[in-house]
Amino acid sequence: MNTIFLSLVVLGTIGLLAAIILYVVSQKFKVEENPIIDEVEAALPSANCGGCGFPGCRGFAVACSEATDLSNLFCPVGGNDTMKTVAHIVGLSVVETKPKIAVLKCNGTCEHRPRTNQYDGAKSCKIIHNLYIGETACHYGCLGGGDCEVACAFDALHINPVTGIPEIDEEKCTACGACVKACPKLLLELRFKGPKGKRIYVACSNKEKGGIAKKACEVACIGCSKCFKVCPHDAIIIENNLAYIIDDKCRLCTKCVDECPTGSIQKLNFPIKKKEVAEQAQA
Amino acid sequence: MKTFTFGGIHTADMKLSAGKKIQIVPIPSEVIIPLEQHIGAPTNPVVAVGETVKVGQLIGKAVGFISANIHSSVSGKVTKIDTVIDAWGYKRPAVYIAVEGDEWMENIDKKDVVRKEITTKREDIIQKIADAGIVGLGGACFPTHVKLSPPPNTKAELLLINAVECEPYLTCDHQLMLEKAEEIIVGIQILMTVLQVNKAIIGIENNKKDAISLLQQITSSYSTIEVCPLAMCYPQGGEKQLIEAITKKQVPSGQLPINIGIVVQNVATTYAIYEAVQKNKPLIERVITVTGKKVAKPGNFLVRIGTPLRVPLDMAGGMPEDTGKIIGGGPMMGRAFMNADVPVTKRSAGLLVMPTLESARKEMQNCIRCAKCVTACPMGLEPYLLMSQAEKSMWKEMEETYITDCIECGCCLFSCPSNRPLLDYLRMGKSTVLEQIRNRVQKVN
Repeated sequence: MNTIFLSLVVLGTIGLLAAIILYVVSQKFKVEENPIIDEVEAALPSANCGGCGFPGCRGFAVACSEATDLSNLFCPVGGNDTMKTVAHIVGLSVVETKPKIAVLKCNGTCEHRPRTNQYDGAKSCKIIHNLYIGETACHYGCLGGGDCEVACAFDALHINPVTGIPEIDEEKCTACGACVKACPKLLLELRFKGPKGKRIYVACSNKEKGGIAKKACEVACIGCSKCFKVCPHDAIIIENNLAYIIDDKCRLCTKCVDECPTGSIQKLNFPIKKKEVAEQAQA
Repeated sequence: MKTFTFGGIHTADMKLSAGKKIQIVPIPSEVIIPLEQHIGAPTNPVVAVGETVKVGQLIGKAVGFISANIHSSVSGKVTKIDTVIDAWGYKRPAVYIAVEGDEWMENIDKKDVVRKEITTKREDIIQKIADAGIVGLGGACFPTHVKLSPPPNTKAELLLINAVECEPYLTCDHQLMLEKAEEIIVGIQILMTVLQVNKAIIGIENNKKDAISLLQQITSSYSTIEVCPLAMCYPQGGEKQLIEAITKKQVPSGQLPINIGIVVQNVATTYAIYEAVQKNKPLIERVITVTGKKVAKPGNFLVRIGTPLRVPLDMAGGMPEDTGKIIGGGPMMGRAFMNADVPVTKRSAGLLVMPTLESARKEMQNCIRCAKCVTACPMGLEPYLLMSQAEKSMWKEMEETYITDCIECGCCLFSCPSNRPLLDYLRMGKSTVLEQIRNRVQKVN
């Protein structure tokens, strides 16, 4: 009986002492944290993708709470709605940003690019890129190893087994930029999603002269400058035998798409023209 | 019999072209000489289009200290200075020469007589080696004059000649030793003069008994040169493995053999040094092995640099019907080529034609943590760990796990029962980590 009583007293005293010490220490070394941080963090999507450039959502929340201007801070996953909520919490105004999406600047499907060799090593773009130029004669095109697919945290990118190049799911892509960093050939770019998803871009990155590029891939940009001449908005530049459409200037008139002789300029989510329907019916 | 202690594997020997006499490949009608055939800065072309060049004339001048000159291997007219697509599809600068006759530079001694007397002074020898554009012919292609100029505070005490040729299939060094033994011994003496050492050991694996006895017979009259037969084990031809096998000394991690007073030179490089110093002949040709199980006449060929690889391949009986891969170098460290029309460079030691079934990669399975790769690794690394780090892009952790010590010998991949592409990941990780280290050093400077 005595033993139980004694042990209870001893343990109780130790516990009490420890509690007192812990309380004193926690009061003494208390970290005053801005309660706004927690509020902002709760408003964020908690994807921890790093698309904003900060280590996780908490890092972004800290940056938001300390910022005096929100123009350089943007959560690509949450988009404008989330940024409005965040701005409301921290009491700042926010400029609406156009939503972006990842696009692949290559259309070198198995059909368009003849294979010159076969690769059967490790399935990783980084390794293939380290070894050689890839299975086709194109120096710049997609390797199809699927590093972007692995990097995507939102299940928005998948390599199509038929075409051998990745396809981007518009619904799921949050433009976090993980795939852009993962691609060793720098083929992915974040571009404006456009009204109703309408967007135009050059689906090629081949910087070779026209003849060589065309030989390697049917749908390569040959740098012929036809699109440059036809564009009424000065939105197209030609550099290193490659056309590039400047997002800010493009008004989606699709003139360049019709002009391109190789079909390397892609338009997405545009309503099909009557002329095209008739052409397809004829074919 | 001596060998190294840590790791290593025993492969099938497969020396199909052993004992085949070195055949001289006829000069083609056009050669393409890449201006980048070595580790270090690429060379600057010093000839113009339309200029007539002779055999042995300088066409690419070394830029900086770690670089090597490139010479014309034929006589004729420079038709263009353009790019050539290399064996991996990338474009490299190259000089195209249309062949006209076979006119050599006047100072090159073409006579087939062994010149034993070394009359050149020590300082001039290094200059001659640098001028002749000699690089390590074992595979790394590191400029030899750099290796022969030890950094301050180091002094070479021992010269090792690497005549191991541990890669299966390859026999070019073996055949060179049988045919040019006297010259190689003179080359060793030149190296000893340069390095001011009084001991040299030739390390040869025991599968080349004829070469061992021949060299032993010649070296018996020299007290300073010794032949050391070694038990067969891959990768004994690696610099650090050879040093351990012969001297039982280990090169500390991150250091060079010169830090423990040893210089290792390949036997083919030694022959090239002999030719450069005694005959004024720059590195314009090399011996390569063309081999493979289905190749009709596997053999060793003396090829001018810049000749398309298809020429010696056709001499060996052409590309067999059942070809899965063509590999530049040996089966362990060599890399598959995209086609056989690429020019021969200082780097090409062999061309291996593998049948489809044998060359196909098996399906990768999960790592079962059997640690066979750890046992096989001659550098004492943990390949399974490094691979998973490389998969997750953990470069900093890879550096801490000593990825920079990896010699890319391929023992891990060879021993893996799950067919995991360990070497692919290790190579990728190593190049990434090395690039990061270079960037760091640049920032500090």
